[in-house]
Amino acid sequence: MFLDLLRETIWSLMGNKVRSGLTILGIVIGIASVITMVSIGQGAQKSISDNIESIGSNLIIVRPGAQRSGGISSGSGSGESLTLEDANIIKGQLQEVKAVAPEISKRYQITTKGNNTNTQVIGTVEDYLTARNIKMESGSFFSDQQIKSSAKVAVIGPTTRDDLFGIDVDPTGQFIRLKNMEFQIIGMTQTKGGSGFSNPDDAVYIPITSAQHYLSGDDFVSMISVAVTEPSYMTSVQEEINTLLLRQHNISDSTQADFSLMNQNDIISTATSITTTLTMLLASIAGISLLVGGIGIMNMMLTTVTERTREIGLRKAVGVRKIYINLQFLAEAVVLTFFGGAVGIFLGWLASLAVAKFANMTTEVSLSSIFLAFGVSAGVGIIFGFYPARKAAAMSPIDALRYE
Amino acid sequence: MIECNNLTKIYGSDDTKTYALKDVSFRIEKGEFVSIIGPSGSGKSTLMHILGALDNPTSGKYFLDGKEVSALNDNELSDLRRNKIGFVFQSFNLLPRATVLRNVMLPLIYCGLSQAEKEKKARAVLLYAGMEESKLQNLSNQLSGGQMQRVAIARALINNPAIILADEPTGNLDTKTSQLVMEAFRELNQKGHTIILITHEMDVANYANRIIHVRDGMIVRDEKNNH
Repeated sequence: MFLDLLRETIWSLMGNKVRSGLTILGIVIGIASVITMVSIGQGAQKSISDNIESIGSNLIIVRPGAQRSGGISSGSGSGESLTLEDANIIKGQLQEVKAVAPEISKRYQITTKGNNTNTQVIGTVEDYLTARNIKMESGSFFSDQQIKSSAKVAVIGPTTRDDLFGIDVDPTGQFIRLKNMEFQIIGMTQTKGGSGFSNPDDAVYIPITSAQHYLSGDDFVSMISVAVTEPSYMTSVQEEINTLLLRQHNISDSTQADFSLMNQNDIISTATSITTTLTMLLASIAGISLLVGGIGIMNMMLTTVTERTREIGLRKAVGVRKIYINLQFLAEAVVLTFFGGAVGIFLGWLASLAVAKFANMTTEVSLSSIFLAFGVSAGVGIIFGFYPARKAAAMSPIDALRYE
Repeated sequence: MIECNNLTKIYGSDDTKTYALKDVSFRIEKGEFVSIIGPSGSGKSTLMHILGALDNPTSGKYFLDGKEVSALNDNELSDLRRNKIGFVFQSFNLLPRATVLRNVMLPLIYCGLSQAEKEKKARAVLLYAGMEESKLQNLSNQLSGGQMQRVAIARALINNPAIILADEPTGNLDTKTSQLVMEAFRELNQKGHTIILITHEMDVANYANRIIHVRDGMIVRDEKNNH
C-alpha cells in the first residue's frame, strides 16, 4: 500500500519534470535567500556584540564629567576630576567589584632604533588585564612594585611590536623611546583582534604612575574601568559607585556630578538594537523573495489543477478511494517541498559560507531562519498542492472528469 | 444482474426542477450487449452515471448483482466501481505521460498486489483487448485514437468486471476506427462480457443485441436487435 503510494508519487513527479522542477526552484530560491540574508544580519549582530564584549565583560566605565566654567560645558570626558584615589576607593569599598583599572591614555610618537610609530600609550595598573580581558603572550605585565616606583617599563601590543620590531620578534628586553625617555619592554600582550576605535593590539601600556610623572604631569586619570563579578550586580554597583564618588567629590546634587558612568550592557543593548534593525531589514528583503517564491509555488500548483482534476476524476471512476487520492497529492506536495527545502537549506548555507569567505563578513546561519523559511514555503506548497486536490477528490467523478 | 426500479433523477430545486429521469425501470441479464440510445438531453448520460455508480438517483432503486447500489456510501461506491464496473469513455481519459502498461494498471493500485503481478495482469488483458506487444511501453499520448481506446478497454477489463459501461466510445474516432472498436466490443460480448453502450448514433447502437431508446427521461422503446 505504502509502496504503491510512493510509486505513484514518484511517477507523478517524474512524469512532469518541468512542473516539478519549477516548483522546487521556487522553494529553493525562497528558502536559500532567507537563510543567506538572515545569516548576514545575524553575523553582523554577533560580530558587533563580540567586539563590544571583547573590551571586557561586565564593565562599568567611569569618565570625568564636563568641565564647567560659568555655565559653559565643554562636553563630557573633557574634565579633570577623576584621580587614582577615586579608583582606590571603588576598589576598597565595593565587594562585587572584580577589578578596577584607572587609565590615562594619549597618543604619542614611539621610536626605536631605526623605527617609529604613533600609537596609544595607556598608563594603567595590573587590574587592567582582568578588566579588559587581556592576556600576556610573553614576558609579564608590570607589578604593583613597578607601579609604586614609577618604573620606566612598558608592555606592548602585538601590532605595535610588528610596527617597531617586525613580525615574530620577541621584544622583551628591548627599549623604546617615548618623549625622549627610554622605557624597557617587559612583555607583550596576546592578539585580541581590533575592536573599533581602541585597538588593544596596537597600544603601549606603562605604569599609571609613570604616565602621570613623565607624560601628563598631573594626578588625573582619563577613565576608570570597573569590572563587576556578576552581571546581576551591574545596576547596584553602578549606583554604589555613583554615591561613593559623589561623596568623595563633595557633591550633594547628583545632577551636578563631575563624572559620568557608562554601563557596558547599555552599549551592547544599543548596538544590538541597531543590528536587530539591520537583521529585520535583510529578513524583510528575504521575506519578499520568500513571498515571490511562495507565489511561484502556488501558481505551479494551481495552474495544473485542471489537468490534475481530470486525473482525479479518472482515478475515482476506476475505483480509487478518496483517501488514497488525498494521500497521494499530499505526498506529492510534501516530497516537492521537502526536496526543495533540503536543497534550499544547503544552498543558503553554502551562500552564507561564500559571503563569509569572499566578502569577508561574519555570517551566522540560524536555526530559526531555517525553520521560518522552510515552514513558510512548505506550508504554501502543501496547502496549494493539497487543497485543490482535496476539493477535486470530493467532487463527483463525473464532474471531475469534465472539469474545464 | 442489473435491476432498475422506478429510477428518478431530478436536477435543481423547487422552481427550476428538471427531470433527467422519470420512473425508469428495466433489467439487464448477464451476457447481454445493450445499447442505450437517445438524443442529447434525453437522460441517457444520467442513466449511465447511475448504472456506473458514479451518481445516485433521487428516488428509485438500483440493484447490481443483488446489491442495492443506491444505498452505498462513497467508499463502497469506489470499491464497487473498481471491482464490478469497467468504464470506457468518449475521450479515452488516459494518463498522458504514463506508459500503456501503467494506464492499464491504474485500477489495481492500492489493491495489495505486487508490481510484477500487476504487470502480468495488465499485459494479459492488453493482449486480450488486441494491443500489440511492442506498444506496451509506449507513452499513451503517442498512440492513435483506436489504440488509445483499446488501452481504455483493457483498463476497463483488468478487474474482470461484471459490466462494461461504454459512454460514446466512438465519439472521437473516425468511421473506420469506430468499426474496429465496435467489433472489439462485439468480440468481448461473445466471450461472455456484459456490455452497456451509450450512444446517439444508430449505426453504433446497431452492434448491440438489444436497444433501449430513451427520450425526455423515459424509456420509449426497448427492442431486440437481430442485426
